[in-house]
Amino acid sequence: MDVAAAKQIGAGLAAIGMIGAGIGVGNIWSSLIATVGRNPAAKSSVELYGWIGFAVTEAIALFALVVALMLLFA
Amino acid sequence: MANPVEQFKIEPIVPLEIGGVNVSFTNSSLFMVVAVVLATAFLTLSVKGRALVPGRWQSMAELMYEFVANMIRDNVGTEGRKYFPFVFTLFMFVLFGNLLGMIPYTFTYTSHIAVTFGLAIVIFIGVTIIGFARHGTHYLRMFFPHGAPLATAIILVPIELISYCSRPFSLAIRLFANMTVGHIILKVMAGFIIMLGIAGIAPMVFLGGVTVLEFGIALLQAYVFTILTCIYLHDAIHMH
Repeated sequence: MDVAAAKQIGAGLAAIGMIGAGIGVGNIWSSLIATVGRNPAAKSSVELYGWIGFAVTEAIALFALVVALMLLFA
Repeated sequence: MANPVEQFKIEPIVPLEIGGVNVSFTNSSLFMVVAVVLATAFLTLSVKGRALVPGRWQSMAELMYEFVANMIRDNVGTEGRKYFPFVFTLFMFVLFGNLLGMIPYTFTYTSHIAVTFGLAIVIFIGVTIIGFARHGTHYLRMFFPHGAPLATAIILVPIELISYCSRPFSLAIRLFANMTVGHIILKVMAGFIIMLGIAGIAPMVFLGGVTVLEFGIALLQAYVFTILTCIYLHDAIHMH
């Protein structure tokens, strides 16, 4: 197997790691929606943490994507 | 299709070399200067009238000030007020960096790990020094949470240490990866539009949506960078 083909396969495998972050982000929004649904007055206090949690979890997805991009382009 | 990573290449505009070190004025430096000039102009010129009831521009400047001031007060407490200039500068620098990159044909200086890691390591070293200055060697108690049984210390302390030392890396990589990946997606989608000709309407609609998302991510990542800095300051000043 030549190196270029192995790189592409490796990049594809590395991108699989984003599954976990997808589940994580879904969890955050699901609990945010459930919280606001049960207690609409709490919206302003949990909204902030929803955004921070989303950004931090998305970062993990991007760590995996960075590995994939490094394989493809560097 | 053009290479989507070419947009991140650093081009020297004024080549300079001091003692063998390349200190040329690059496109990255140019956009940093543009961001600083824009931020300074926005903040100083909009409050020039010093109206008691603010007009539109002054409102925006005051909103930004209050936004960061509230962030510090809520997360660091009243002792954090002395760090306001640093945190505000950080927020403005990252925000303008991210937003300037959304203009076509510009360069996003926050998409380079050199820039973001520089910011993150300064924050990390600063927060560690603040922690030691405030608490002395008692600061090391941070790696061993109060009330945990002594037997678990063997696994707990290395884990806490690694998690503490991974902070600058996660800060830097989060910002750089978000910016880089966002812009690569934009370039790749734009390439599809040209490739498909008339059927390029579909990727164009998608590109519109992704651009709006990228604006949101630009704002959000600047906010998350700043609020994590405030949280680390809180940990250093108040030790959990």
